[in-house]
Amino acid sequence: MPILELSGISKRFGTHVALDDVSLTIDTGEVVAIIGRSGSGKTTLLRCINGLEVPDSGEILFDGNPVEHSRAGLRALRREIGIVFQSFNLFPHLTVERNITLGPTVAKGLSLAEAKQRARDVLRQVDLEDKIAEVPLRLSGGQQQRVAIARSLAMQPRLMLFDEITSALDAELVGEVIKVLEKLATDGMTMILVTHEMGFARVAADTIVFVHHGRIWEKGPPSRLFTAPATAELAGFIDAMLPVDAGVAHPNPLIEQR
Amino acid sequence: MHYAFHFNVVWEHWRDLAEGALLTIRLSALAMTIGLAVATACAYAKAAGPSSIRWTVAAYVDVIRNTPFLVQIFIIYFSLPALGISVGANEAAVAAMVVNFGAYGTEILRAGIESISHGQIDAAKALGLTRLQTFRYVVLFPALKTVFPALASQFILLMLASSIVSAISATELTAVTNSLQSTTFRPFEFYFVATGLYLAMALGFRAVLGGMYWMVFMRRQHL
Amino acid sequence: MNRTFGIQEFLYILSAVRWTLLLSLVAFIGGGAVGFMIAVLRTTQSRVLRWLTAGYIQLFQGTPVLMQLFLFYYGLAVLFDMQVDAWPAVALAFTLYSGAFLGEIWRGSIQAIPRAQWEASACLSLGYLQQLRFVILPQAMRISIPPTVGFLVQLIKGTSIAAIIGFVELTRAGQLIVNVTFQPMIVYPVVAALYFAVCWPLSLLSRSLERRIDADLGIKRHL
Repeated sequence: MPILELSGISKRFGTHVALDDVSLTIDTGEVVAIIGRSGSGKTTLLRCINGLEVPDSGEILFDGNPVEHSRAGLRALRREIGIVFQSFNLFPHLTVERNITLGPTVAKGLSLAEAKQRARDVLRQVDLEDKIAEVPLRLSGGQQQRVAIARSLAMQPRLMLFDEITSALDAELVGEVIKVLEKLATDGMTMILVTHEMGFARVAADTIVFVHHGRIWEKGPPSRLFTAPATAELAGFIDAMLPVDAGVAHPNPLIEQR
Repeated sequence: MHYAFHFNVVWEHWRDLAEGALLTIRLSALAMTIGLAVATACAYAKAAGPSSIRWTVAAYVDVIRNTPFLVQIFIIYFSLPALGISVGANEAAVAAMVVNFGAYGTEILRAGIESISHGQIDAAKALGLTRLQTFRYVVLFPALKTVFPALASQFILLMLASSIVSAISATELTAVTNSLQSTTFRPFEFYFVATGLYLAMALGFRAVLGGMYWMVFMRRQHL
Repeated sequence: MNRTFGIQEFLYILSAVRWTLLLSLVAFIGGGAVGFMIAVLRTTQSRVLRWLTAGYIQLFQGTPVLMQLFLFYYGLAVLFDMQVDAWPAVALAFTLYSGAFLGEIWRGSIQAIPRAQWEASACLSLGYLQQLRFVILPQAMRISIPPTVGFLVQLIKGTSIAAIIGFVELTRAGQLIVNVTFQPMIVYPVVAALYFAVCWPLSLLSRSLERRIDADLGIKRHL
């Protein structure tokens, strides 16, 4: 049974139609990369999944059960679905450890000792065990983002959402976060990522979803979508995402390396 | 409650109250205009002057902001004759209000000036403008626009604080209200209405200042 | 017979400092309780409550403190046909005054917390009260400390107005001494210096706290 089913999702902000009759099915363990231009509606789509946006129409089934948009319903949903934001959103007044143990202790009823152990485990997963007592502001952007990932992992979610989590990072810090994502994917986590990292999407994603003007324009495995896009819009998008200095010997991540 | 409200007594004296309100407005408007000039000069001095002047302005601002307005009024009222300037209570009141507003205005303007990006000032220097010209043409106008809300609030605070000058018998709304209520033995009604008048004046000032903002800052296309 | 200002007169004024401080403390603590309720009520679901508290704040922030004092002291005495002592009337007036300002400051602090913090904590499955307790209020309290200390300075200066109705605190003590020594140009600067000695350290504290808290929370203040 698929873990997530979206059917007929529509959402508008004022006169602007952000999502128009979007349907999507995601299986357990699947890694889905949602790509598209700015304003195409991909972030709105992601935020509908864990209830940060409420769709105007359509149905969302998580684990076969319809998502309840009541306060209690959303709280229950968010114990199973984790999210990592573009601007990390760590709690600046708390240490890394407390950032991570807050959710499990308060929302999942773990004892502080159990939560601390879990914090150590997830920090090991993101390779930041030594920063456990640090304060977020003393960490680099890449480290803060990895802590944000660890914070969500500590809730042991069945599904993880990532909203352009490398877009706010300096170029040299992106790699360490990508490494964590790749490891999560191979470990079998169900992941939905809104991303501009085409290289990662090509290598790690099972499915690429191309969103355009609030609709799913194309959907399929990266091998097909990137080498043989069926629509002009996707072809144009891939073109625009090519490295700028194409004249220099610069490997195009979208083209197979011989 | 054994008290019977007699607001009709207040209405009988509406002309006096209206006059008092007008006096408050005149006093405040005058003090605001001069005070803004003082604040601008001090803010410029603090930004561009030699360190002795910068220090003097800083001391002036800190002293005024950490002492009560009433005490400042007393000091100015009694010191002016000593300096050979014989003025009435109203003039002393305006002087005290100017001195007081000048300090707060300097701080507000200083924040606005600091918000002007250095790139603008560098460009002006590259064009050969003197410091004063840079201030006048490049810095002052955008700074005023940025801090206008804070300045407007400070203006209104000044108008409300004008009630304190009644302590040296300057003529404005509070002084008028005091004498009226003491002769009619209707303190509650008079103070109630006077408070309402202050509230109305505060709202009126805010509206007028909002209009000024629009006229001065919003109509120019090149900003 | 006139006295000249000497040690005895100075000590009299100095001893009045404690009344200023006591009044300020009472109003600050009482106002703190009122302000906390106001801040909470300002963010409830009920539109009526929000509107009422907004009106309360506008009333005390948009009218002169002197008028508020007059209304409480003279007005209430006549209204309830009883002898109102200076202390309760003045303490009540300044408590409600403080409540309005502190309520605004604290509400503003809560609203200053970015929405992203609400979202991140909600996505960790925290409920509303838990969000407030663990994420929002701890940060809001830190942010509110510098302006709260700044308001304390404003309050201490504001108590000087009680002198106008004869309440004996620092400024009134100065007036009384001037009445016997006829040396306002010595007495009032002394009074001002005493206020400065109390207020200036607090102002400096507020500024340094603000710098430290901004650094701790990673806030880049632009204006």
